Amino acid sequence: MTEQTCPVILAYALVLVGTGASHRMAGTMDAIILQILNGLDKGAAYALIALGLTLIFGTLGVVNFAHGALFMIGAFCAVALQALFNASTVTLDPTKLDFLGNPAKVETPYLVSWFGPEMGASIIDWSVPLAILFAFPIMVIFGFVLERGLIKHFYKRPHADQILVTFGLAIVLQEIVKYFFGANPIPTSAPDVFRGSLDFGVWLGFEANAIIYPYWRLVYFAFAALLIASVFGFLQFTTFGMVVRAGMADRETVGLLGIDIDKRFTLIFGLAAAVAGLAGVMYTPILSPNYHMGMDFLVLSFVVVVVGGMGSLPGAVLAGFLLGILQSFASMNEVKSLIPGIDQIIIYLVAIIILLSRPRGLMGRKGVMEE
Amino acid sequence: MLGLNRKDAILLLIVAVLALFAPFILNPFPVDSALAQFNAGYPDLMQRFVIFGIFAIGFNILFGLTGYLSFGHAAFLGVGSYSAVWMFKLLSMNVLPALVFSVVIAGLFALVIGYVSLRRSGIYFSILTLAFAQMSFNLAYSVLTPITNGETGLQLALTDPRILDSAQVGGSLPVTSLFGAEMRSAMTLDLAGWSFTFSVGYYLCAIIMLIAFYLSVRLFRSPFGLMLRAIKSNQQRLNYTGLESRPYTLAAFVISGMYAGLAGGLLASMDPLAGADRMQWTASGEVVLMTILGGAGTLIGPVLGAGFIKYFENIFSKINESILHQWFAFLPDGVQDFIVMILYPFIGKGWSLTLGIMFMLVVIFLPGGLVEGGQRIARLFRRTKTTDGDVVSTKTKPAE
Amino acid sequence: MSNSRFTRRGLLKSGTLAGVGLAMPTIFTSRANAFTNDPTGGTVTLGFNVPQTGAYADEGADELRAFELAVEHLNGGGDGGMLSTFSSKALQGNGILGKKVQFVTGDTQTKSDAARASAQSMIQKDGAIMISGGSSSGVAVAVQGLCQEAGVIFMAGLTHSNDTTGKDRKANGFRHFFNAYMSAAALAPVLKGLYGSDRAAYHLTADYTWGWTQEESIAAATEAIGWSTINKVRTPLGLGDYSSYIAPVLNSGADVLILNHYGGDMVNSLTNAVQFGIRDRQANGKNFEIVVPLYSELMARGAGQNIKGIPGSQNWDWKLQDDGTKAFVKSFGTKFGFPPSQAAQTCYAQTLLYADAVTRAGTFNPCGVVEALEGFEFDGLGNGKTLYRAEDHQCFKDVIVVRGKENPENEFDLVEIVEVTPVGQVTYAPDHPMFAGGALGACNPGA
Repeated sequence: MTEQTCPVILAYALVLVGTGASHRMAGTMDAIILQILNGLDKGAAYALIALGLTLIFGTLGVVNFAHGALFMIGAFCAVALQALFNASTVTLDPTKLDFLGNPAKVETPYLVSWFGPEMGASIIDWSVPLAILFAFPIMVIFGFVLERGLIKHFYKRPHADQILVTFGLAIVLQEIVKYFFGANPIPTSAPDVFRGSLDFGVWLGFEANAIIYPYWRLVYFAFAALLIASVFGFLQFTTFGMVVRAGMADRETVGLLGIDIDKRFTLIFGLAAAVAGLAGVMYTPILSPNYHMGMDFLVLSFVVVVVGGMGSLPGAVLAGFLLGILQSFASMNEVKSLIPGIDQIIIYLVAIIILLSRPRGLMGRKGVMEE
Repeated sequence: MLGLNRKDAILLLIVAVLALFAPFILNPFPVDSALAQFNAGYPDLMQRFVIFGIFAIGFNILFGLTGYLSFGHAAFLGVGSYSAVWMFKLLSMNVLPALVFSVVIAGLFALVIGYVSLRRSGIYFSILTLAFAQMSFNLAYSVLTPITNGETGLQLALTDPRILDSAQVGGSLPVTSLFGAEMRSAMTLDLAGWSFTFSVGYYLCAIIMLIAFYLSVRLFRSPFGLMLRAIKSNQQRLNYTGLESRPYTLAAFVISGMYAGLAGGLLASMDPLAGADRMQWTASGEVVLMTILGGAGTLIGPVLGAGFIKYFENIFSKINESILHQWFAFLPDGVQDFIVMILYPFIGKGWSLTLGIMFMLVVIFLPGGLVEGGQRIARLFRRTKTTDGDVVSTKTKPAE
Repeated sequence: MSNSRFTRRGLLKSGTLAGVGLAMPTIFTSRANAFTNDPTGGTVTLGFNVPQTGAYADEGADELRAFELAVEHLNGGGDGGMLSTFSSKALQGNGILGKKVQFVTGDTQTKSDAARASAQSMIQKDGAIMISGGSSSGVAVAVQGLCQEAGVIFMAGLTHSNDTTGKDRKANGFRHFFNAYMSAAALAPVLKGLYGSDRAAYHLTADYTWGWTQEESIAAATEAIGWSTINKVRTPLGLGDYSSYIAPVLNSGADVLILNHYGGDMVNSLTNAVQFGIRDRQANGKNFEIVVPLYSELMARGAGQNIKGIPGSQNWDWKLQDDGTKAFVKSFGTKFGFPPSQAAQTCYAQTLLYADAVTRAGTFNPCGVVEALEGFEFDGLGNGKTLYRAEDHQCFKDVIVVRGKENPENEFDLVEIVEVTPVGQVTYAPDHPMFAGGALGACNPGA
C-alpha cells in the first residue's frame, strides 16, 4: 500500500457509508438528521475528554492513562453532591413495616426539613447542574495535587513509566470510588424541566415524531460547545494561553526565553482535570455513572486524540466530532445491513484509514510523540 | 555454553532451575498452615506464569529492543488460541500440530498488521496496533461468532470431527496430549505436610518457555538485535547510513507476534478454550504493564512482571474476609475486627486496588522495574560482602 | 549458641537422614482416589466463583452473601433458613455427610478466561468438590465445560442463556435459574393482556450469544400472540451510549421496544430510551411501550425512575409469599439488613440442592450426585414445586412476571409482581429447536 492508495481507500469507505445511507432514501432524511444530532452529541463528549488529554500530551508530554479516571471522578462529584443533598434524618414510622416486619425507617432529607418540602425538593432536583459549581474547584485542586505530587516527577521519565504510573493511579482511583459507591450504576437524573424530549422535526417541516431529541442532550451539546470555546478563548486571548501555546509548539525555545514553563504546567493540569471533570458531571444524566466508566472512555479518547493529531487542540475537537458522527451513521440499520458489524469497528477503521493517509493524524505536529 | 557468554549462560541456568523446580519454590508453605493461601504451586497458575512469561518475552523483543510500543499484542494471543482450538476440533488432540499452527497463523496475522502499522512510529504506531486489535476483538465477539463462538469462547464438543483421532472415550471430551502424555495428568508428592504437584502440562510449558527464553537471549545478542537497538536509539541516523530499518522492525514485530501466538496456543493446549476476552485492549495493556513492571529491555524482567501480575490476580483475589478472620483469630475480638477492617479493602475483591498501588510504588521507586529492585538488592549484598571481605581478608580466607 | 557446634557437613548429613526418614512412608501418589478432590478429612470445600471486579461486582457480592448464609445453615448455624421449608429432609445441619462445610471464593471478572483460571485454582489448589456462582452465561458455559473436564459438579449461578442447558449442556452442570425461553413463554401472555395482540415490536439486542437466544425466544413468543417484529437490531457490547440505536425506533413503525440487554447495558439502553421520550409518544395510535425481558433488580436500581411500569421477568422475587421465600428473606435480611436479590436466591438454592443431593446419594462422587439430582422433584426453596429435569439438567418451576413499581416505598422495592406463571406454561421439550445441538455426555468423576 502506498501513500497514494490510502486516500483512495478513505474515499471508498465514505462511498460505502454514503451508499448505505442512501440505500433507502425515501424518508431517510429525518434519520440522517437524527444521526447527525446523535453524532454531534457523542462527538461533544469525545471532544471534551480528548481536549484535556491533548492539553496534557501537548504541553506536558505526559501520556496520562488516568484521564478517564478524572472524567469518572467528575461524574462522581455529581453523585456525591446528590448524596449530600439527600442526607437525611431517619425516623421510625410504626404505621409502616419494612420487609422484615420491623417498623419502617422514614428518611427526611435535611434540605427538606430546612427549606421546606418544595424548595428542598427542587434543590435536590437540580443537583446535577449545581454539581458544576461543586466539581470545578474540586477538580482543579485535584489536578494541582496530582501534578505536584506525582506527575511532576515523571516529565523526564520515559513514556512507558508514565503509562505504568498513571494506569496504576487510574486503578487506585476507581477502586476507591468502588469502595464508597459500589459497582452498580447510580441513577442521577437531570432536573425535571429537562426531562423528556423535543420534537425537533416539526420545526423543520417533518411529521411529528420524525426527529425527537432529549432536552438534556441538547443542553449537553450547548455546554460542551461553551466549554470548548472558553478553553480556546483562554488559550487564545490570555498571556498565559500564549505561553502555553508557544510551549506546545516549541518547549525548548520558550524555556530559553527565560519563561518558567514548569510553573504553568500545574495550572494546565488543573485545567485539563477540570474540563474532564465537568464533562463527567454533565454526562451523568445521560448515562448512570459507575466506577469503571473512565476505563470505558479511555481507549476511545486516546484514539480521538491521536486521530486528531498529537499536539493539536483543534485536531482533537475535530476528530471527536468526526468519529462521533461516523459512529452514529455506522449504527444505522441501512448501513449495518450493507456491511455487517460495521458499527462495532467503525471508530478503529476510520482511525486506521486516517493514520495511514495522514501520517500525523488530522492536524498533528511534526515530531510530537513520534518516537 | 550454547553460544552464550558466561553471564547469559548463568541467567539461563537460573531461569531453568527456577522453572524446573517451580513446583517446590512456589509451594513454600505446608498445606495445612494458614500461609498455604499464598502457595502458588498448582498446575494451572504455574502454567499461566510461564505462558504469560512467553508472551511478555515476545513483547519485549519488539518493545524492549526497538522501542515500538504495540498496544494490540493480545490480538496475536487470541488468534493463537483460536487456531489451536480449531486444530483440536478438526485434526487431533495432539498439542504439537496445534502449537505449530497457532504460531504460523499468529505470525501471518502479525505480518499483515505489522506491515501496515509500521508505516508509522511513536504513538501513531501504538494506536494503529490498538485499532487492529480492538477490531479483532469486537468482530470475534459478535460477527465472527461462527468461527469464535463469541462471548462463550470456542470450546471442544463431542461432535467435533477430529480427523486423526476421532475415537471417543465414552461420552466425555478427549483431553489434549503430547503423543499420549495427557496435559492434565499430574503426580503429587506428599512430603511431611507439604504437597507438591508435578503436571505434564506445566513441564511442557516450562520447557517451551526455556527454549523461547534461550532464543530471545540469542536474539538480543545477535547482530540483528544490535540493529534493532540502533533503531530504538536513533532511527533517523540509521536511515541516513543508507539502511532501510523497516524490514528489521517488521521482522521483530512478526517474531514477537509469533511468541504471542505460541503463548495463546499453549493457553489453549492447557485448557482448550479460546475466548474473545483474550484479545481485548485490557489484555494488550496487561502485557505492556508486565513488561514495564518487570523492566523493559531486560531479559528476565518481563517474565518477572508476568509472574507478579498473575500472582496478584489469582492469589490475592482469593483471600476473603473469613480467611482474614482465621489469620487473626489469635487476637482479641475488637483488635481482630479492626485489623480485618483495615486489610479488607486491599484483598479479595480489592485485589486490583493493591495491584494498582504496587504499579505506582514500583515505578516511583524502581524506575527500571522489578529487575532494578533485584539489582539493588544484589548490589547491597555485594557491597556488604566486599567491605566484609576487605576487613576480614587479612585474618582468614574469604567465605566460599 | 556457645556450646553447640553446627557444621555444614553435619547439618547436611542429618538433614538428608531426616529427609529420607520423612519420605519413607509417603511416595509419589498419583491421586488414587475414585474421583477428583474426594474429601478425606473432616471438612469439605465448596468453591464460589463470582464476579468481584467489573460491572457485576455488586451482584457477585450478593451471591457471595447467599453462599455464606447457605454454608452457615448447612453447618447448623443461624436460623436454618430454607432448610426448614425444603421438602427434602435429608440435611441435618451437620454439614454435608457429617463433614463441616468450608468454602473458598474467587473472582470471575465476568471473563471466561479469568473465571476458568479462578475455578481451576479452587479445584487444583483448594480441593473444591463443587463450583458455583457466576453472573453471565459466557462465564457459566465456560466454567461448566471446565468442571466437566475436571470431574467436579458445577451448580450454575445467574445464567439466562438457552445455551447453558441447551447446546452447551454438560452432565456435570446444573442450572436452577430460568432461561430466555421461559422468560418469553411467561411474558408473552402478560404482554398480550397489557398491550393487546396487535403490536409491532422493535428489538435491540446485545450482540452476543445470550442476547441472540433471548431475542430469538422473545420474538417467537410474541409472534405467537399475534405481534409482528419490525426489526431486530444488534448493538455492540458495553456500548454506553445507545442513542444512535434508539433514535430511529420511534419512526420505524414499531410501537413496542424490546431491550434484550442485561445489567449495565440494560440500565444504559433503558435510560437512553426513556430520555428520548419514547414512552411519552404514540405510534400506530397506541402508547409506545418498552419491555425488558430479563430484570436484574440489583442493576435496575441504576436506572432509577426509568423502570416505572416496565414489564419483565424474574426467576424469583423477595416479595413472594411462600414459606421458603419468607424464611430465606428473614434470615438474609436479619443478617445483612436488606432483602436478597434473585441472584442470591438461586445461589443459595443451588448450594442447598447440591448438599442435599450428596446426602441422598451418600457420596461426594459427582456421578452419584448427578444421579441424585436428575429428575429430582422438590419444593420449599422459594419457587414452588420444582423439577430438575434429567434430560438437560434444567430446573422447571414457576416464572415471575414483574413490572417496575410506580411508587416504590424504598430502594429495594423496585418491582411489583404481575403474575406468577405456572411451570406448565414454560415447559418445553428437551429437544426443542432452541436448545438442540448439545449433548450431556457422561458424568465425569475425574481422577
